[in-house]
Amino acid sequence: MDGRDEPGHDDDRGNDVDMTVQQPNSFRIGPDEGGHFGKFGGRFVAETLMPLILDLEKAYADAQADPAFKAEMDGHLKTYVGRPSPLYFAERLTAHFGGAKIYLKREDLNHTGAHKVNNVTGQIMLARRMGKKRIIAETGAGMHGVATATLCAKFGLDCIVYMGAVDVARQEANVQRMKALGAEVRPVTSGSQTLKDAMNEALRDWVTNVTDTFYCIGTVAGPHPYPVIVRDFQSIIGNEVRAQLQEAEGRLPDSLVACIGGGSNAMGLFHPFLDDRSVEIYGVEAAGLGVETGKHAASVAGGRPGVLHGNRTYLLMDADGQITEAHSISAGLDYPGIGPEHAWLHEVGRVKFLSATDDEAVAAFKLLSRLEGIIPALEPAHALAKVATLAPGMPKDHLMVVNLSGRGDKDLASVAAFVGGQF
Amino acid sequence: MTTRIDTRFAELAHKGRAALVTFLMAGDPDPATSLDIVKAMPAAGADVIELGMPFTDPMADGPAIQAAGLRALGAGMTLKKTLDLVRAFRAGDDTTPIVLMGYFNPIYVYGVDRFLVDAKAAGVDGLIVVDLPPEEDAELCLPALAAGVDFVRLATPTTDDKRLPAVLKNTAGFVYYVSITGITGTATPDFGRVAAAVARIKRHTRLPVAVGFGVRTAEHAAAVAQGADGVVVGSALIDVLKATLGADGQASAGTVPAVARLVGELAAGVRSARRAAE
Repeated sequence: MDGRDEPGHDDDRGNDVDMTVQQPNSFRIGPDEGGHFGKFGGRFVAETLMPLILDLEKAYADAQADPAFKAEMDGHLKTYVGRPSPLYFAERLTAHFGGAKIYLKREDLNHTGAHKVNNVTGQIMLARRMGKKRIIAETGAGMHGVATATLCAKFGLDCIVYMGAVDVARQEANVQRMKALGAEVRPVTSGSQTLKDAMNEALRDWVTNVTDTFYCIGTVAGPHPYPVIVRDFQSIIGNEVRAQLQEAEGRLPDSLVACIGGGSNAMGLFHPFLDDRSVEIYGVEAAGLGVETGKHAASVAGGRPGVLHGNRTYLLMDADGQITEAHSISAGLDYPGIGPEHAWLHEVGRVKFLSATDDEAVAAFKLLSRLEGIIPALEPAHALAKVATLAPGMPKDHLMVVNLSGRGDKDLASVAAFVGGQF
Repeated sequence: MTTRIDTRFAELAHKGRAALVTFLMAGDPDPATSLDIVKAMPAAGADVIELGMPFTDPMADGPAIQAAGLRALGAGMTLKKTLDLVRAFRAGDDTTPIVLMGYFNPIYVYGVDRFLVDAKAAGVDGLIVVDLPPEEDAELCLPALAAGVDFVRLATPTTDDKRLPAVLKNTAGFVYYVSITGITGTATPDFGRVAAAVARIKRHTRLPVAVGFGVRTAEHAAAVAQGADGVVVGSALIDVLKATLGADGQASAGTVPAVARLVGELAAGVRSARRAAE
């Protein structure tokens, strides 16, 4: 790989897929041993953390090779998390759009109300294997923080969650949940006071507390091996979908749709299907007030390659390489980057990136609530918003699976404020 | 290729004392004042000048340096202007080494090859890039060495003997020993342990070893200077600078003298710890 690819040229710009990039024989073989997916990924961390990251890589490889690890994990996922999550045929939503047959993967029905718990269960088991007693995490919407606080309560571990002060204010319910679970929530007042700053602060904690602390990262980003670890633990989503749709329809899906902030729920759904070339894959970023306004969180549509938080990926930044603030009504998508494997899948053209605005997401939030009796989180409401444009044009035998990555209770206040109380 | 860094450390070894390395953020609190401060450093007693390249997300820095970076960015600082500042300093000083310290993204976005050409031409002698460990040497370290710019590596308390050779392999100019596990300007190191760590690193390399993170006073500087070849002070200088700023963050008449005064005290501390000439 060319580790010194120069950014800033037109062919690195978000929306134009570089057709000179060779299609690999498999989309599922990455990363290389340095953690690279094409030119993306890597291990851009301070020296203090480098030995810790190498330890983690080794511990993860050991765990993967240990059948007891998987057996214990499967047990927790079944009896504590409540897996498998249902694959639900959304009959009225399908009729409403009049095209593709729409299935919802109900990650909102997991314990703690989102897909985040799949990854956290795995990482906390890994932390226990490594003898770490103190767990730190960053959180945006609070779902990863809640999941981490939950597993720490279950296993009797100290839990400290870094959360941007802006997010603390707009996700009050999740802050209270974390506190009830015994976690310490540390509001972060530096920078833009949202998810990226929470991640900076968690890294500062980790670099200070190197011996006893495990950093539980919530998305498919950060230095290698985190993008791989989180992807692997979330891949249970796609693996279940494959089996469940086989049972329901006797075949593969025709398309997959998921929202992308960092991209863990999307990667979990997409990764098992990457080599099934007949499956169209759509990732939906948060367009905020519109990509053209500059007030958005769409790193692929409105960003370019750079280096932040341990990896090279698409980032929102200015001409000087300073990271700019993301904007989205959804705190969980309010991050100026995207997982490096997504950046690569965009570059090789395997995943098509779309974006949905705050308005479109709120409309989808209301629609799903009324038509199916399911209140979605604002994050998957972005995916549903693009279903509204994709599904009507599809034939009726087109099987579309949407990752309903979380429940919307946490967002009721935000949506109520957005719509002026008029649901 | 001998750089100003090599020359300066060799001179000081001959004199039997350690170097005082001062860190300030380029463009803090504004580009003009920042240049005045940097120009005042050599006469105040700084032997090597480290200049921070402002970045929005400085993950290894504590509150003082985070705030300094934001002040500089708020005053319109960019990487290009940081190089302009170095060029302006070089017009009046061709011997004091300048090392730029920061994070990779602004350099990556500037373009690595173009940056190295421009930095070398401006008079930059070395680079410290916090988020480029040896595992990412192909990104900037190797091109920098090829361009004649020293790539100064950080060694830390978590860098054990097994890993140390990899850390030292492509290091040039000096080795920067991070005296604590933690971020800049937050904790005071155990100077006995630091001395042992410096001795350990010196068994693996002939390069000078400078120590930073948590060195705040003349007494600290003297303690570190007994065993190390350089003493790096940053957050303490920035705290002094900040205390002289007006309510809306603008420089005052006292800004440059206050920073120079502390540099003078630190320089006296370093000079009090004379060692046998080598």
